[in-house]
Amino acid sequence: MKSLRLTVSSLFLALASATALADATLLNASYDVARDVYKDYNPLFQKYWKAKTGESLELKQSHAGSTKQVRAVADGLEADVVTMNQANDVEFLADKGLVAKDWAKKFPNNASPYTSAMVFIVRKGNPKALKDWGDLAAAGVQVIIPHPKNTGNGRNTYLSAWAWALRQPGGNDAKAQEFVGKLLKNAPLFAAGGRDATTTFMQRRLGDVLITFESEAEMIAKEFGKGEFEVIHPSLTMQTEFPVAVVDKVVDKKGTRKQATAYLEYLWSKEGQENAAQNYLRPRDPELLKKYAAFFPPVKTFTVDEVFGGAHKAFVTHFKDGGSFDQIYVAK
Amino acid sequence: MSHNKLTRATQEPAWVRATLLAVGLGFLFFFLGMPLLAVFVEALAQGLPVYLEALKDPETRSAIWLTVVIALAVLPFNILFGVAAAWVIAKFDFRGKSLLITLIDLPFAVSPVVAGLIFILLFGAQGYFGPWLAANEYKVIFAVPGMIIATLFITFPFIARELIPLMQSQGKDEEEAAISLGASGWQMFWRVTLPNIKWGLLYGVILSNARAMGEFGAVSVVSGHIRGETNTLPLHVEILYNEYNAIGAFAAASVLALLALVTLVAKTIVEWRMRKETDMLNAELPGEKTQ
Repeated sequence: MKSLRLTVSSLFLALASATALADATLLNASYDVARDVYKDYNPLFQKYWKAKTGESLELKQSHAGSTKQVRAVADGLEADVVTMNQANDVEFLADKGLVAKDWAKKFPNNASPYTSAMVFIVRKGNPKALKDWGDLAAAGVQVIIPHPKNTGNGRNTYLSAWAWALRQPGGNDAKAQEFVGKLLKNAPLFAAGGRDATTTFMQRRLGDVLITFESEAEMIAKEFGKGEFEVIHPSLTMQTEFPVAVVDKVVDKKGTRKQATAYLEYLWSKEGQENAAQNYLRPRDPELLKKYAAFFPPVKTFTVDEVFGGAHKAFVTHFKDGGSFDQIYVAK
Repeated sequence: MSHNKLTRATQEPAWVRATLLAVGLGFLFFFLGMPLLAVFVEALAQGLPVYLEALKDPETRSAIWLTVVIALAVLPFNILFGVAAAWVIAKFDFRGKSLLITLIDLPFAVSPVVAGLIFILLFGAQGYFGPWLAANEYKVIFAVPGMIIATLFITFPFIARELIPLMQSQGKDEEEAAISLGASGWQMFWRVTLPNIKWGLLYGVILSNARAMGEFGAVSVVSGHIRGETNTLPLHVEILYNEYNAIGAFAAASVLALLALVTLVAKTIVEWRMRKETDMLNAELPGEKTQ
């Protein structure tokens, strides 16, 4: 019994001492597929910061679903910075007073250092010739998307299709709703999340088209092989943003504001932007976008702000209880 | 009459026996064997070197380590609580006893995710004790202590549930004899009670240990998912899978499966020892058998 207690307490000591070596520690709470981007970015920033200030930083990562992460931060997860994939989630922290109300103006480009676009993944050779949103609503096409009401992927898809329909000749909200309704009828199921949708499409081989982030297509290639599918860029699609913010409440308590701010600012540096590009996220830097044009074909995009008047308004109009999604779904 | 029935039950036609056997084994294979096999097949899909490389990942190592630490940390508390609760329930009569038994079963009834949320409500930044904990620099939620507490909540019924029927069936005669022969309370516990329940206790320990290592829901809510720090194996498997790192995910899952298999073997040995001991006792007391 005594020796057991000894073992347990020495285990704890070992665990605690492992984190005590750096001058400062930052925790970056991020969405669940952000690992590759920041795994490569962190050493870049550590080197830069060491050269500039002589400080060695320890950088920790926390990954889970975006919404779950901001809940955790609100409940006391001491993240110095959040790097998310939905503005709504950072907005939630702003509402709770953990992040500045004007967080989107603290950094350039709406505080989103890189972007992605919603694209179609179709089977090799594109047997159903799916080129644009209109084709997805045709009879006999099966569309795989995560649930539009409660996943980022699903919402982006829904809004992309809506915006496309609005911009068609004679397009208006009523026609857009009718079109999105037709498209949703082609979904045999709603997957629980992005990863789930991919498994459904790639492994269970259900459906003709999967709609997901351009950046995720490369991750799918990593697991399932490049020859298995093709990426189609529709004529208009949503530019998805990846907003970042310093968590004021945490950095003020820990005294890490300087480091945390620099950590996020450096995402806009040449090195930071190039790292994003290498991880298949569209850099803001136009020169780099050109350099990596093979990954990033020019595509006509819209932002949620332009078409829907902001992420919050889009959420209330379309995905809140009784919103357009519920109306379509009840009708179905 | 009863003898007749017994022999007939074992003399079912061969096809009945074969069918039952096939159904039983088939079910086992599809719902246990195949998934277990699939874990190892997927983990080894790109060969042994890739598999070993995946296990060398420092974050995976740390997840294995943390899983073991948490399982060990909850053990003394579970033993203490389990023995105390079983003791009180089996050996004494008091008001509210059935209420206590019901409360012990509460973690079985509550969904693990809800259990995790309860601790967020208690210790989270906006919880009852959150502000006090933050002011005093204690980290509970989104740190190892919170994960230990959540695991404790999920696993504490196992030992008590295992011991209560055992201790009830043993009755209190031996303890009363020890006391009347002049033993002190502690002497009675160490020399009479503990030897009587040791295999049952060990069995309970193994069950709660298996649950502690495999727990996902409750721990996921209070973990904060900090890589290399608060990710246990089940959490680490999920995040690797979400990152399209199938090899890494299944390699980590295979470690978890191996831990489970070790537990299973330990459980079988304990069961075997328990049976042997009961047989020996029965053989020593032939007179009692006919009572």
